Amino acid sequence: MNIKILGALSAVALLAACSTPATTTPAAPAPVTSSIVPGSQEDLVANVGDRVFYDFNKSGLRDDAKATLDKQAAWLAKYATNNVQIAGNCDERGTEEYNLALGNRRANAAAAYLKAKGVAAARMTTISYGKDRPTAQGSTEQAWAQNRNAITSVR
Amino acid sequence: MIYIPNTSVGRRRLIAGAAGLLAAAPVPVFAEPAAPAGAGGGGQSAVIDVDRARSEPIPIAVPDLGGPDGPSAQLGHEIAGVIGADLARSGLFRLIDQAAFIQAGAVTSGVPNFANWKPTGAQALVTGSVQILGGGQVRVEFRLWDILPQTQIQGTAYTTTQGNWRRIAHIMADVIYERLLGEKGYFDTRVVYISATGPRDRRTKRLAIMDQDSENNRLLTDGSWLVLTPRFHPTRDEIAFMSYANNRPRVYLFNLASGQQRLLGDFTGMTFAPRFSPDGSGVIMAVANGGGSDIVSMDLASHSPRRLTNSGSIDVSPCFSPDGSQIAFASDRGGDQQIYVMGSGGGDAKRISFGNGKYATPVWSPRGDLIAFTRYAGDTSNFAIGVMHPDGSGERILSEGWLVEGPTFAPNGRVLMFWRETRSQDSRGRGFSSRLVSVDITGFNERPVETPTDASDPAWSPLGT
Repeated sequence: MNIKILGALSAVALLAACSTPATTTPAAPAPVTSSIVPGSQEDLVANVGDRVFYDFNKSGLRDDAKATLDKQAAWLAKYATNNVQIAGNCDERGTEEYNLALGNRRANAAAAYLKAKGVAAARMTTISYGKDRPTAQGSTEQAWAQNRNAITSVR
Repeated sequence: MIYIPNTSVGRRRLIAGAAGLLAAAPVPVFAEPAAPAGAGGGGQSAVIDVDRARSEPIPIAVPDLGGPDGPSAQLGHEIAGVIGADLARSGLFRLIDQAAFIQAGAVTSGVPNFANWKPTGAQALVTGSVQILGGGQVRVEFRLWDILPQTQIQGTAYTTTQGNWRRIAHIMADVIYERLLGEKGYFDTRVVYISATGPRDRRTKRLAIMDQDSENNRLLTDGSWLVLTPRFHPTRDEIAFMSYANNRPRVYLFNLASGQQRLLGDFTGMTFAPRFSPDGSGVIMAVANGGGSDIVSMDLASHSPRRLTNSGSIDVSPCFSPDGSQIAFASDRGGDQQIYVMGSGGGDAKRISFGNGKYATPVWSPRGDLIAFTRYAGDTSNFAIGVMHPDGSGERILSEGWLVEGPTFAPNGRVLMFWRETRSQDSRGRGFSSRLVSVDITGFNERPVETPTDASDPAWSPLGT
């Protein structure tokens, strides 16, 4: 599924690129943000933050996570037709089945916070990939910290 | 050191065991007792005597099976090779090198010349012959001899389709194992597992199946969707597993004969960690419930779910005791993840794991005497595979590693398979691997289980019938 998500992401990027006619290419390179469609996944990633992080074996929201989710809630209020999937993920230092449940708990924690901030529950779905979709491929605490997350993506 | 269980030993069930083979699927195998040949002198029997402790593998000679023509003899050579490899891999037999044989070539029929076999150090000898019949059929006859007392322990002939020859070899190895060790073998079995390819951040995972000796590998799903945690039905016809089909992670049943999959149950949340009940009539699994998960039992006839736990915590990885009366599962209801046991109808659960660390993936031995588990701390310290008694006593660690996980028992409860991951050496995941491993329940005889790709989530099938 992540392949599909990546596929969707690259499709968005292509559309954004195509929407800028070649004839209007400015002499100086435009800022990267100029090609981002407001309300798109790219916009969420670049200007809001698409993911929040958790401590080991925890699903409690840290202050940095709450700050990101606050921004996500505001963004979702602005783009009220956007529905999102929240995917919970874990690092590799747990067992597969338990991590499926832990990822579910993390996704639920993020969704519950967004709901409390006014995002309609009907606009959100959650999914857990356990430890099966690591963002970082290393086996270091730095990689694990990146992989303990809940990632919001526009559906 | 080899631990030999205190089971009864006898020259029993020769015919009964063979008769059961009539039902072998998918390709029928017909077995008949081969006429007894010879009887003989005294000496130490290769058959395990419960009163005689054994600390060495049984030396056994498995010369090529003979045949009346070239193709039959070639098949006889290959069958002997599979039998020998099965027995040697168990760690409980020592295969006598064919170079040490005094009598060259196959020993086809009749009473062997024991004088030729005694000096090789073998205590047991396998002889036999192969005959390719018309219509793609093959007849394989074999005899198992006790060399020192010079007696025939077993004589059986099988008729089957030629393409089924590997299975015949495994069945013969199981007969030899059972006759000499006094407990059922596990060679006529298969392993279902998850085959993994591609980089770690976008792995392609497929359901795969193979014989226990890594032969006849077959992929069952095309990799379109992530799949996890396959488990065998007691009849070996069906597999329960988890699929992310259509982005909805749920438990499915895969029928091996038809290749068809069907969704199990109708739940709003994720369903995962399935296992069949010992009688095959139901499945227990975990069902996401808010931020936690509950153990739910599904009757396969009525498709009615029954919630067995509702703790608000993560209850996961349920597994029935072989008599179906109890369920072991993992839960973090007390804080850290630990193993609990409850009645099969739910109710009070008793914690049984009390060692250092978290305990996961409890799996009940088919013998009922042990629960295997994964133990870990969650940091950079090693994961471990171990066993304990169902009351939590007698914990023993069998294997350790950067990540070892997910034990599954061979149907005789003697061997465990699990998977072992190696640590990524850099940010691109180089050095990472995931492979299957088997180990005796004594912790002895650990060895890799070959697979064509990276592999995880092994589940051992019941013995063929």
